[in-house]
Amino acid sequence: MPDQGSSPAKAATANGLAAAQETKRQRVRLLIQAAGMLPVLLLLCAGFHYLSDGRFFTGQNLGIVLQQAAVNTVLAAGMTFVILTGGIDLSVGSILAASAMAGLTLSKLPELGALWLPAAVLTGLGFGVVNGALIALLRLPPFIVTLGSLTAVRGLARLLGADTTVFNPSIPYAFIGNGSLTLIPGVISIPWLSVIALLVILVSWLVLRRTVLGVHIYAVGGNESAARLAGIKVWAVLIFVYGVSGLFAGLGGAMQAARLYAANGLQLGQSYELDAITAVILGGTSFVGGIGSIWGTLVGALIIAVLSNGLILVGVSDIWQYVIKGLVIIGAVALDRYRLQGSART
Amino acid sequence: MNDPILEMRGVSKSFFGIKALRAVDLTVYAGEVHALMGENGAGKSTLMKILSGAYRPDPGGEIRIEGKPVRIEGPLGGRAAGISIIYQELSLAPNLSVAENIYLGREVSRSGFLARGDMRVGVGPILERLGADFTPSTLVAHLSMGQRQLVEIARALHARSKILIMDEPTTALSAGESERLFALVRQLRAEGLAIIYISHRMDEVYALGDRVTVLRDGRLVGSLDKSDIRADSIVRMMVGRDVSSFYKKDHDPEAGKGHPVLTATDMSDGQRVKGCSLTVHAGEVVGLAGLIGAGRTELAHLIIGAAPKISGRVELEGCPIDIRTPGEALEVGIAYLTEDRKALGLFLDMSCQDNINLAVLGRDAKLGWFLDRDKARERADRAFAGLSIRAANAGVPAGGLSGGNQQKVLLSRLLAIGPKVLILDEPTRGVDVGAKSEIYSIIDNLAKAGTAILIISSDLPEIIGICDRVIVMRLGHVEGEIRRTATQPLTEEDIMALATGMEHLDA
Repeated sequence: MPDQGSSPAKAATANGLAAAQETKRQRVRLLIQAAGMLPVLLLLCAGFHYLSDGRFFTGQNLGIVLQQAAVNTVLAAGMTFVILTGGIDLSVGSILAASAMAGLTLSKLPELGALWLPAAVLTGLGFGVVNGALIALLRLPPFIVTLGSLTAVRGLARLLGADTTVFNPSIPYAFIGNGSLTLIPGVISIPWLSVIALLVILVSWLVLRRTVLGVHIYAVGGNESAARLAGIKVWAVLIFVYGVSGLFAGLGGAMQAARLYAANGLQLGQSYELDAITAVILGGTSFVGGIGSIWGTLVGALIIAVLSNGLILVGVSDIWQYVIKGLVIIGAVALDRYRLQGSART
Repeated sequence: MNDPILEMRGVSKSFFGIKALRAVDLTVYAGEVHALMGENGAGKSTLMKILSGAYRPDPGGEIRIEGKPVRIEGPLGGRAAGISIIYQELSLAPNLSVAENIYLGREVSRSGFLARGDMRVGVGPILERLGADFTPSTLVAHLSMGQRQLVEIARALHARSKILIMDEPTTALSAGESERLFALVRQLRAEGLAIIYISHRMDEVYALGDRVTVLRDGRLVGSLDKSDIRADSIVRMMVGRDVSSFYKKDHDPEAGKGHPVLTATDMSDGQRVKGCSLTVHAGEVVGLAGLIGAGRTELAHLIIGAAPKISGRVELEGCPIDIRTPGEALEVGIAYLTEDRKALGLFLDMSCQDNINLAVLGRDAKLGWFLDRDKARERADRAFAGLSIRAANAGVPAGGLSGGNQQKVLLSRLLAIGPKVLILDEPTRGVDVGAKSEIYSIIDNLAKAGTAILIISSDLPEIIGICDRVIVMRLGHVEGEIRRTATQPLTEEDIMALATGMEHLDA
């Protein structure tokens, strides 16, 4: 409140100025929080472009980066839902493999072949809902449940192909794996995989930011006890987020199957969950839940793809790529801790 | 009498400028049970924590043990000075054995290896002396609350403590276990220990206390010898405050004449709430008083379905309702303001707007799913204006607000559903004076508009200031009810008498 001094008008102006400054400072802080790792992404791109003698920013290379980022982006979008509630889903790589196997197996049946895509996606959804039900209804820790399904679903994936690689060179909808959407003929085209990833991000944003369910997801992650007292059906929210994570893993499986025309239950999707988690954390979503955005996840997934691509362009051996990517994960969590210090939760 | 074993002179303690203890004196002799009494927040725990070394007193005071001035620093300091504390929530490691717990921090080793056998033998005589019915190698997790307390006492004896402080030791005990504890306390007294016994319960103080010291608002009110211990004098010492004109409720003699809105009958949870019944009428403000641990919050949780009940019926405006979750309670119009707004109420990282709208998002949503952001912003702005919430705007995170403003944000969320029944649990805890008085006027206005209001509060002047009627709980039961009448105002003495169970003793 302005003090009731001799010149209230002046005091009010000063007060207004201070308030405006405060709002401005807040806005800057919010901007930094929202922009998050975007500057890092741009710096990485510029750095690799320089170090690789201008081979990074070419239409062809950017297309490769986008395509490589696509599947991880989709997995990381689902992972964002889960981590926003304070949980974790370690099983997405296995679910991706099982879904791809289920899809490919079905695609070889002449009458039902065209249904392979929805079958793959629904397989993922099914596994995700089972994860969610175990976590929400039996109150088991997410880490344990999904660690279990990481192993169990991997086994099922191998079982589906009798532990062999399933091929289908004439799989329907193969275009989504390798085709591109042409925007301006001969100038700009985007891989279908990237289009799907972008759509997934848009839908996720819509759910998280524009629906009641989205607010409930943030609320459960922010304070589960308070959410329960506020009348939110916490169990339903948990089943939903693990269901979404499974669904997107199933979609990721379909994307891989269409791209490779093949799937192997043992090898496909190995340790994909780690890349997905890394993307989410890099994107500024807090590991304890309640804070984060899907756009951050997109940036995080792009950073990982740029890192992989750039390190190859620059000629770093794949052994060192592992070391560098591992350090990036640790750095990202350190950043997460640092960010939380400034938040309201203490 | 011989020389005192413990003398405290002019001990003060302040936290961030707030005086929790003001120049308190306390003298305790060997071989006596010294009862320490006072309302919630009178400073008993602070005093105790100074003795244990958890808090350092402000400079100026003096503590002498057996005549020698001592400085108690850190948790080991208290033990070194011969003082042991048995806290309400016991401080044992359940995954370790009885012997290991007793030796915790002072383990016996032989050339670097833990000598479990020696430790077991070492605690044998003490356990025997205390009449323990378990062995030194039993895991603490397998013991009952009473047995665990015995382990705590054994630990104190083993450390050769001369002063034993017991903080509400019977809170978690059954009647039989309490009796056994009393016998043990008498035995220890006979053996020459000084026992400081903190309790709210008059019957215990009668049964055990050789002297009683009463604290109020961090000050020493006085000490009484056994022959002078009388329930009414102690209660007067414990309360005895002026009720300021701070509570601006217009007491309506007609309040309570409205139709019954909330009726809860025979509510039990099998532990802390034992067959409680209460009724709140339209437009009535009913206080739910009692000491900490009397089961008030637990009763509220039963009513709104936040905890499972083993018996009880709830009626809303005469119709029986079956509430199993807080969400269902909100749907029928029963709103509950938690006593712990940070842990159980607010989403500190979410904006005030989201916090305020959380309970009505579904009701407002477009197509059943999509947020109606205009409506949400309007509602938040209305709440900000109506409850004079002070924050830059409704978009800032709730965690950044002051306690009073946070409470108003949480209250706004409940008011958004238009509740028929409002249960407020410690609505002004941690709230500054200005916001307090604003919250009182909000409550008053809601009651005038016909809302049935139940207020749980440990602040007696507050209960007296704003309530039409007070229900007093003690040990999980409804102990009694006091109605304000035109000729007879509510008094703290009457409420405390019910809350501590003195009615039984003086009658």
